[in-house]
Amino acid sequence: MARLPHREASADPGETRLSEAERRWEENVLKPWLAKVPERKESFSTVSGLPIKGLYTPADLGEFDYARELGDPGDYPFTRGIHRTMYRGKLWTMRQFSGYGTPEDANRRLHYLLAQGQTGLSIAFDLPTLMGYDADHPLAEGEVGKCGVAVSSLEDMETLLAGIPLESVTTSMTINSPAAMLWAMYLVAAEKSGADWKKISGTLQNDILKEYIAQKEYIFPPQPSMRLVVDSIVFSVRETPRFNPISISGYHIREAGSTAVQELAFTLRDGIEYVEWVERAGLPVDEFAPRLSFFFNAHNDLFEEVAKYRAARKVWAYVMRQRFHAQNPRSWLCRFHAQTAGCSLTAQQPMNNVIRTAIQALAAVLGGTQSLHTNSLDEAWALPTESAARLALRTQQVIAYESGVTNFADPLGGSYFVERLTRDMERACWNYFERIDALGGMVAAIEKGYPQREIHEAAYAYQQAVERKEKTIVGVNAFTQPENQPIEILTIDENVARRQKEKLAALRLRRDAARVQRALEAVGSAAATDRNLMPYLIECVRAYATLGEMCDVLRRVFGTYQEPAFR
Amino acid sequence: MDRRIRVLVAKPGLDGHDRGAKIVARALRDAGMEVIYTGLRQTPEQIAAAALQEDVDAVGLSILSGAHNTIVPRICELLRAQDQAEVTVIVGGIIPDEDIPALKRAGVAEVFQPGVSTQEIVDFLRRRISEQTFKS
Repeated sequence: MARLPHREASADPGETRLSEAERRWEENVLKPWLAKVPERKESFSTVSGLPIKGLYTPADLGEFDYARELGDPGDYPFTRGIHRTMYRGKLWTMRQFSGYGTPEDANRRLHYLLAQGQTGLSIAFDLPTLMGYDADHPLAEGEVGKCGVAVSSLEDMETLLAGIPLESVTTSMTINSPAAMLWAMYLVAAEKSGADWKKISGTLQNDILKEYIAQKEYIFPPQPSMRLVVDSIVFSVRETPRFNPISISGYHIREAGSTAVQELAFTLRDGIEYVEWVERAGLPVDEFAPRLSFFFNAHNDLFEEVAKYRAARKVWAYVMRQRFHAQNPRSWLCRFHAQTAGCSLTAQQPMNNVIRTAIQALAAVLGGTQSLHTNSLDEAWALPTESAARLALRTQQVIAYESGVTNFADPLGGSYFVERLTRDMERACWNYFERIDALGGMVAAIEKGYPQREIHEAAYAYQQAVERKEKTIVGVNAFTQPENQPIEILTIDENVARRQKEKLAALRLRRDAARVQRALEAVGSAAATDRNLMPYLIECVRAYATLGEMCDVLRRVFGTYQEPAFR
Repeated sequence: MDRRIRVLVAKPGLDGHDRGAKIVARALRDAGMEVIYTGLRQTPEQIAAAALQEDVDAVGLSILSGAHNTIVPRICELLRAQDQAEVTVIVGGIIPDEDIPALKRAGVAEVFQPGVSTQEIVDFLRRRISEQTFKS
């Protein structure tokens, strides 16, 4: 029997009591209708498993105060967007995450993307770089240049950025555990190219908390890792006022299998943790909060995603104003980048991924993103080919220039459903904050394995729902084809590793070994104090110390991290 | 057959994407197998040593980083060198079609690509390991 639309979704039973009129409607209209025309399924839910009713009405919003719940675009609490005119003023930045092979290979791709109309850069590093190993380290075997570009030294960074005007193009770098070292390389490379630190702009991901929670590319234990993050934020505020020193990321949390609510809550709670740590380092909140930025996933369930972005802006505005008493309105803004969901892409019938990506990108735009990456159709198989990357960029351009959705702000604002979902997600987020606060904050919660367990439970439940076919994935558990149509795949051969090793060997011979040694020793001594490490790392980079050498010094001082065992 | 199937689930290489490995580990456990999960970033030597120490019937390797062509054959070689040639090696992750023949020649029993159900992995291991028990 089809169930009546249910009301349990609410956190507040008082507000969801059926009005007399609604009760009569259900009894006299809906029930007889369902007896004749049953619904397709027993129950309906979002991709994250949030139950969804068949109809939303003003009764779902109860007392709804426009100014308190939404505000106009550009007004507190920014539910409708951070700018007054949103995309009428300026479109989002089309920023395709890119990087593979040698720095020469990746530099060619960056120039290609700029020539195709991309408006910002986003660099993907390979796994050895992400883990703080040089290309010639034994653990780098087989991994050099595979998941991104290989960068072991300032020389590699200069090659990667060659010919790119760093004062006018903004660059985002997906780097976390060794973010401070890679950023030092970027700063020195910018300086050598004649760019002014006060004018360069871009974003360092630098979000170590989500590494422990989800992405798992960590090197050091949480406490010293947080110190590196704080050092880079403090340094950035002083030296590179236009740079975003951190991008607090839910993307990877979602990719690891979380629900939309968990992505929202864990990300914003991570944000709270960073603010507390930087404040403890002595910086007043309004000096750095305007430079904090966020990064969310754009998954398949269009309305759930839009509600998530709207709730994120609202919750962050409340947090900054009420929890941290920030006075500067720019401190209240949740500015974010979005990326379509890699985990939603299927290896089967890969062309279908173009459609998924388009819907996800639309969700991010309807949700008011500041910047967007669209995945390529071949990414369930490999890093994207040039033509696949171009099609992904074209997807954004069609939405921006042809769909008409950019003509006005917050197109879905005022939808009973979207407003209700936004409010439900906001409340679920506050509930998670309470639990994490009770555990002693996010670092403590991570050390206890709390967010990791929550995400694993959600991921396993999702997998089971797919296997039971409660969730349909076109081309995978429905509408399958016996043979996959082969697509062109980018392969990265071992010559990349060989070339990188040769360059490193030559660099090690060429540089001033005594200066390198002195600079590395200075990092080691500074790490044992509470001095800001950025100037020491910059001196290492100038001396052409390698990434692996800098990380090795800190491995000795800080130790390394192993996550608590999975049962 | 009294003995439960014992499986080592391992994450070789530097890749931290453990969603798949943990889901497979849990699904194999739910299917009644004994599962040892190594955790992240294990070298081929560490994985082979764990396989020997835990006396497993199967080793499941999860790799999403593209390093499989380098890492997997070495693990198979180490297993053979320690007289564990009969251990069933399966691989899951992002493995392009064209890499599969070479992995199978190196000693991999099966490669599970994205979108496979955990039930298919359970069924494969049960079938394969009962056949081996019958042969020996």
